[in-house]
Amino acid sequence: MKKILSLLMLSLVLIIAACSSGSDSDSSSGTDDDSKGTDSGGKDSGSAGSVEIFSWWTGAGEEDGLLALIDLFNEKFPDIEVKNAAVAGGAGTNAKAVLATRMQGNDPPSTFQVHGGEELNKSWVAANKMEALNELYEANDWMDKFPESLIDLVSSDGNIYSVPVNIHRGNVIFYNMEIFNEHNLEVPTTMDEFFAVAEKLEAAGVVPLALGDKETWEATQVFENLLAAELGADDYIKLFNGEIEFDDARVVKAAENFDKLLNYVNDDHASRSWQDSAQLVAEGDAAMLNMGDWAKGYFVNDLGLVTNEDFGYFAFPDTVGEFAVITDTFGLPTGVEHVEETKEFLTFLGSVEAQDVFNPLKGSIPARIDADPSKYDDYGKDTIEDFKTAKLFPTLAHGSAASEGFVTKANQAVNIFVTQRDVDNLISALKSAAPEM
Amino acid sequence: MMEKDLPIRKKNKISKDQLTAILFLIPSLILIVVFVYGFIGWTGYLSVSNYNTIVPDFSFAGLKNYAYLFNDFRFQADLRNTIFFTVFFIGLVIVLGLGLAILLDQKLKGESIFRNIFLFPMALSFIVTGVVWQWLLNPSTGFNNFLKVFGIQPKWYTDTNILAGFQWGQIEFGLPVAILAVVIAAVWQMTGFSLAMYLAGLRGIGDELREAARMDGATEFQIYWKVVLPLLMPITMSVVIIMAHISLKIFDLVYAMTGTGANFVTDVPGLYMFETTFRGNYYANGAAIAIIMLLLVAVFIVPYLWNNRKGDQS
Repeated sequence: MKKILSLLMLSLVLIIAACSSGSDSDSSSGTDDDSKGTDSGGKDSGSAGSVEIFSWWTGAGEEDGLLALIDLFNEKFPDIEVKNAAVAGGAGTNAKAVLATRMQGNDPPSTFQVHGGEELNKSWVAANKMEALNELYEANDWMDKFPESLIDLVSSDGNIYSVPVNIHRGNVIFYNMEIFNEHNLEVPTTMDEFFAVAEKLEAAGVVPLALGDKETWEATQVFENLLAAELGADDYIKLFNGEIEFDDARVVKAAENFDKLLNYVNDDHASRSWQDSAQLVAEGDAAMLNMGDWAKGYFVNDLGLVTNEDFGYFAFPDTVGEFAVITDTFGLPTGVEHVEETKEFLTFLGSVEAQDVFNPLKGSIPARIDADPSKYDDYGKDTIEDFKTAKLFPTLAHGSAASEGFVTKANQAVNIFVTQRDVDNLISALKSAAPEM
Repeated sequence: MMEKDLPIRKKNKISKDQLTAILFLIPSLILIVVFVYGFIGWTGYLSVSNYNTIVPDFSFAGLKNYAYLFNDFRFQADLRNTIFFTVFFIGLVIVLGLGLAILLDQKLKGESIFRNIFLFPMALSFIVTGVVWQWLLNPSTGFNNFLKVFGIQPKWYTDTNILAGFQWGQIEFGLPVAILAVVIAAVWQMTGFSLAMYLAGLRGIGDELREAARMDGATEFQIYWKVVLPLLMPITMSVVIIMAHISLKIFDLVYAMTGTGANFVTDVPGLYMFETTFRGNYYANGAAIAIIMLLLVAVFIVPYLWNNRKGDQS
C-alpha cells in the first residue's frame, strides 16, 4: 500500500512539475534580468530589463527591417535586451490569436504591432488594456512630426495610444507598362476613364484587372477604394463614423461600380492569392492590379521587375490626392513589466533614424513627415510626397476604418456579392452590420 | 475485465490491483476532467454569453448566438457543405478502400509495395495535400490546360454552381460542385487508411467460410456480397466513425486548398469558427460553432460508443 501511495505521489509531483515548468523558467529569467540590472547601475526599480516586441513581421523584407531595427536599438541601448516575438502566418491572423490570448491572460508583450485605427481603438483601447502616450509625444515633440490625421487615427477620446512606424498606401493601381504602350492607353484618373480603358483592354483580349480574392480582403480593398472614389475622403470617414448611412445613393453607386468592375477581372480570381494575381500583371496576362503598395516590393524583390519600366503605378481613379492609409503602430499595454525600457523603445521607433532604417527594407514609407526621402526608391519618394499633401482615409480591409467584427462581416458580404452580384443584398448586409462598426 | 470483476464482488472489497489501477488513473482523470470536459463546459457557457467583442462580457445571452448562426448565410452554407462533403467523402473512401483491398487480397505479387503506395498519402499532413491539390485542380494550370484541348474546362473549386439547388433559408441548397474538388483531395489522402483496415478485415475471414459458400454453389460475387461484406461490417463501422469525425471537423485541408471559396461554396464550420473568433473577435459565436460541431460529431460517436458498451456487457 505504501508503495502504491509513494508511486502515486511521485506521479503527481511529476505532473505538477510539468505544469509549472513554464512559470519556473519565467521566474528564473526574471532573476537573470535583475542581476544584469544591478550590474549596469539599474533604472526604475533597479532592473534594466528586456523589451519584447510582438509582430507578424516574418516575411522577406519586413523581417529584415525588424532585425535592423533591433540591431540599431541594441547599439544605442546595450543594457536593454530586445526579444523578437514575431508570429508567422495568416497575414497576422495567427499573431492576433496569440496576442488575444496573452492580453486576456494578463501576460502582454511589452509592445505589439497593431494597425492604427479601429483595430487599436475599438479593441485594446476599448478594453482598457492600453496606456495613453500623450506625454511621450510631448516629450519628443512629435505632435507636428506626424500628420494630424494620422495621430487622430491612433487616438481615442483625446488620448494617443500608439506610435506609427510605417505607412502603406492602399489606393494604388499597378499596371503593366508594356500592355499600356502597346494599346496606346493613358493612365485613367476617373472611374469613367477607367471603365473606358478596361473596355479597350477587354476588346484586345487582355484581362483588364487582376484580382486574387481567395482570402476576400483583396476584393474588400477594391470595394473600399470604389467607396472613396464616390464619396471622397471626408464622406468616406463619415460613412464609417455612422454619420452617413450605407443606403446613401453614392454607396449604392459604388456597389454598382463594383458589380461593373467585376466584369473585367480574371475568371479564376477565387483561386488566387494577391501574389498570384500580381503574377498575372507581371507576366502580361492582365493589365492592372489594385493592391496595397506592398505589391511593389513583390514586383521588385520577388519577381525582379523594374519600377517605371516594367510596371507603373497610379492612384485609384477618382481618389487622386487621397491616400488610403495602412499604418503599423506600436503601443504600450497596461501591466507590462519594464515600462521605462518599453518607452525608450517606443521613443526609438518614433525617431527619424529608426523609421529610415526600417522602411526602405520593408518597402513602406515613414510615418514621420520629416524623414529623409533620399533613402527611398522612386516609388517611395513619390509616395512620401503624396503623403504630405494628400487627404488620408483609413482602410476597411485592413481594420483601420471599422472594428474587426464589422470588417469580418463586411468581408463576408463582399464574398457573397462577388458571386451573386446583388447590390441590394450587399447594401442591406452592410447596413445591418453597421451598429458593430 | 469481466472475469476479474467477479471474484471481487464476492469479497465485496476492492482488490489491491484494482486500487493501484484507480490510483494511477486519478492524475490523468483529473487532467482530462479539467482540460477536456472543463473546457468543453466553459465553451458551452461562452456560447450562451454576450462575449462578442474583445472586451469580455460574460452576461447570459440565451440562445441568441445560435439563432444568429442558423439565420446566417455563411453558416447555413457551411452546414450544407459539411453534409455533402461528409456523404461523398465517406462513401468514396469506403468504396475505393474496399475495392482496392479486395484487389490486393487476390494473393498478388508485390502486394506490400502496392499497399505502401496506397497508404503513403496518409503520411502527409492535410496542409501539404491542400497545397498540392490547390495547384492540381487550379483551372489555369497543368492538367487542366491539357483538358482545354478537348474543350473541357472544369472549374473545380472555383465553380460556384449548386447542383439541383433550391432556395432554402438564406442559401441555395444542393450539391456545391466546388466541394467535390475538396472531396477528391481528401479521398486521395484517406483511402489508404480504409484500404489497410479492410485488408486486415479480409485477412481475418477464414478461407473455410468461402469454401463452404462455394460448396453451396455461391458465385464469387455472391460470396463477397453475402458472406464477406456482412463479416466486414464492424470494419465499415470503424471506418465510418473515423472518417466522419475527420470530415465534420475538417479545417486544415480546406484552409490550405480553397479557403472559404467564392460565395462560401467550400467553407466549413471549422473555418468559420476560426475566422469569426480570431479575426472578428466574435468569441461567443465561435464558441457556439464549436458546440454545434461537437454535437454533430456526437451524433456519430455516441451510438458507436453505446453499441460498444452493450457489446462489452453481453
